[in-house]
Amino acid sequence: MSMRKRVLLGVAAIATVTLGLWACGTAGRGGALSSADAASAVYVPPGEYDEFYAFMSGGFSGNLTVMGLPSGRLLKTVPVFSQFPENGWGYSEETKAMLQTSYGFAAWDDAHHPELSMTDGVPDGRWIFINANNTPRVARIDLTEFETKEIVEIPNSAGNHGSPFITPNSEYLVATSRFSVPVPNRDMSIADYAGNFKGMLSFVRADRPGEMDIAFQIIVPGYNYDLAHAGKGPSDGWMFFTSYNAEEAHTLLEVNASRRDKDFIAAVNWRRAEECIAQGQARTMPARYVHNYIGDDHIARSELKESVTVLEPAACERLVYFLPTPKSPHGVDVDPSGRFIVAGGKLATVIPVHSFEKMIQAIEQEKFEDVIDGIPVLEYDAIIAGEVEDPGLGPLHTEFDDRGYAYTTAFISSEVVKWSLADFKVVDRIPVYYAVGHLMIPGGDSRKPWGKYLVAMNKMTKDRYLPTGPELAHSAQLIDISGDKMRLLLDFPTMGEPHYAQAIPAEMLREKQVKLYRLDENTHPYAVKSEADTRVTRDGRRVHVYMTAIRSHFSPDNIEGIEVGDTVYFHVTNLEQDWDVPHGFAALGMETAELLIMPGATRTLTWVPKQPGIYPFYCTDFCSALHQEMQGYARVSPRGSNVPLAWGTGGELKTQPVAAQ
Amino acid sequence: MTAKLTNRTRALVALAAVLLVPAFFLPLWTINLEAPQYPEGLGMDIMVNTIRGQGEWDLQNINGLNHYIGMKEIHPESIRELRIMPWLLGGLAAFGFVVAAAGRRRLLQLWVLVFVLLALAGLVDFYIWGYDYGHNLNPDAAIKVPGMAYQPPLIGSKQLLNFRAHSWPGAGGMLMVASLLLGMVGLWLDRRARPGDRTEAAAAGKVPVGELGHARA
Repeated sequence: MSMRKRVLLGVAAIATVTLGLWACGTAGRGGALSSADAASAVYVPPGEYDEFYAFMSGGFSGNLTVMGLPSGRLLKTVPVFSQFPENGWGYSEETKAMLQTSYGFAAWDDAHHPELSMTDGVPDGRWIFINANNTPRVARIDLTEFETKEIVEIPNSAGNHGSPFITPNSEYLVATSRFSVPVPNRDMSIADYAGNFKGMLSFVRADRPGEMDIAFQIIVPGYNYDLAHAGKGPSDGWMFFTSYNAEEAHTLLEVNASRRDKDFIAAVNWRRAEECIAQGQARTMPARYVHNYIGDDHIARSELKESVTVLEPAACERLVYFLPTPKSPHGVDVDPSGRFIVAGGKLATVIPVHSFEKMIQAIEQEKFEDVIDGIPVLEYDAIIAGEVEDPGLGPLHTEFDDRGYAYTTAFISSEVVKWSLADFKVVDRIPVYYAVGHLMIPGGDSRKPWGKYLVAMNKMTKDRYLPTGPELAHSAQLIDISGDKMRLLLDFPTMGEPHYAQAIPAEMLREKQVKLYRLDENTHPYAVKSEADTRVTRDGRRVHVYMTAIRSHFSPDNIEGIEVGDTVYFHVTNLEQDWDVPHGFAALGMETAELLIMPGATRTLTWVPKQPGIYPFYCTDFCSALHQEMQGYARVSPRGSNVPLAWGTGGELKTQPVAAQ
Repeated sequence: MTAKLTNRTRALVALAAVLLVPAFFLPLWTINLEAPQYPEGLGMDIMVNTIRGQGEWDLQNINGLNHYIGMKEIHPESIRELRIMPWLLGGLAAFGFVVAAAGRRRLLQLWVLVFVLLALAGLVDFYIWGYDYGHNLNPDAAIKVPGMAYQPPLIGSKQLLNFRAHSWPGAGGMLMVASLLLGMVGLWLDRRARPGDRTEAAAAGKVPVGELGHARA
């Protein structure tokens, strides 16, 4: 069957199935397993723990959610790229800098792909990274605190979709330009796209906390660079990127970028990039991007960087090769052995599996069918290991188990297809509800998958849960893959729109969780470590309140001497040294957010009162039996009223005469 | 001069004295608190010279919780017994070594007597301290339960509002008990081994004549 015929057939089938999906409604409900068996397989008795931590990207929520598997219970939301009024992330003085970009303060982003750090090709539980798609960035989240510690912006890039896929020893993670743009970006006619708009493949140094930075960028033709995965084992040293829109369309891409039978996987030899840089074949290009990092004092700082190292394939031979791949490929996944490169050609009717060994042979024998901007295009037939027939419609992503099987999602036919890496034959398939995007198997993109479970992350929910108006939670399905047949265990709603997820055995993280911050190690410049040191000071129009919180009072809890228009900084130190006793802080009329302050930590909220009056403040996290008593009053006087600064708790106020201010 | 102790008894007394040495470094008494909010446990250890939390911040947190019911904060540096106890324990150990070296029965009897008296005094003092701690409450306390006192049990377990308090000897306390028992056993074995000496004891008025048990000898 020719490719053209296959595609036509595929499109016809897409239409049929899509219509069928809508028509059938609930016809596909349920699974092969009895409810009782499935329930006991996911039941985590009260007081016991899940087997795996699962990290689900929040998609348009801009954060990361942590869920337990197999229960599907939500454990935590980790704010990353979006302001999070729930705990003051992006509002407090300590965290605002984390959302700084070269475009200004970015209060929101679209987080797609979590990626665990790896050692020897296996997740090691040190950190998890995640990308910001809209304003290109990658973030590092520390897995002892479940807190975002570092964010670096990707310059010369737009739509950081293919990110942050990591190399086997966390040397680099990558970032791609889903949208090609002029490099450097400038005012020009969109119609002049072809040849002027460029793609960018960025490599970010990932294994040096506090020093995440762009190691180098590779300028590539103006396609849409979609997803990536690193080689491993024999293919370690290579990174594979899918691309679509080899047509270089700039309008109506759904038609104009779907014309060609094949687009490309870009295979990048990143060790070769290191050689070229060492040999001086890279150039330094001006670029503006921001690096944000939370230091030991728990305060985020931003630094602006002004240049990057750029490589052009024409100036560094043997750096990049194009692997022709049908058709508008989305995911690119490397099997645990590192021998096979699996592409999800979302409009293709087969799953092409490239052979790394054959790719190397084709390179050595120069089996090139073309050269584009210095990038040799290898011959498809010379590199293909096989094609998986009948893989479902709209194959997108593949993950692997520990027993030699691959699992591919089919978006359009809404199913997961299991196939053998030995003969590329489909052995099982299971419907999912509905329109699955990514799937995740614990360790399923690593050298040693843990297997056992598969989570399908679906793009449509329809009738799976009690309806909640037009907007529905995205649905996920947990599937048991421990036996020969896949078995549906559980449906569970998720937060935001999880695109991808990662999971790691619970015991790898559980014991190393931080329970509190040591007060004696708090180096915040506005921390106070005992109530005796709490005070209020004035510096011109700025008022600093050095406040403490401990069950069940603030010190000071009565404050006078604030004037309308003052900028008041509430620096609140939580004096507790006890597990799970955060305190909150909020004041009447505040235009920012509340603070949640963990034991031993200091957080600062800024408040500019606009009218005279009495402003109550209170603890927002139910901390103790007398939590409702944990409150205070701030008096705001008209400007110039000369009310002396005064503060205290439970006794006479200490004062600072106006003259002394 | 009193009779010499058998070598076996002297060895036992030496061992009894040796057991007192690690008691300097181990909790003499422990108070554990159980509450729904503290699944990880909360507790304090009474050492020979201090009181410390079992977890790094336990004492601070016990003090913090106790302020709601008006109990005084525990500040080890202000408890005078903790300054005396190392000398008493050290004295007992040193005295034990002297007994083993000198091998005099009268000295051993004295050691056992002093040990028992000090142990009783210690328990009485602990009870008084616990009584004061549990009854002498700040009248401004937020939580006042009529008739409720928070005296921890001397030994055993007791429910105090949401906390169940368990008070038991710690490893160091156990060693002290073992040490005392060894001294007593030594004394008893020595007496069994030398029935002839019992008349002397009887003559000294220490042992009732009727219990001498010559028949067994």
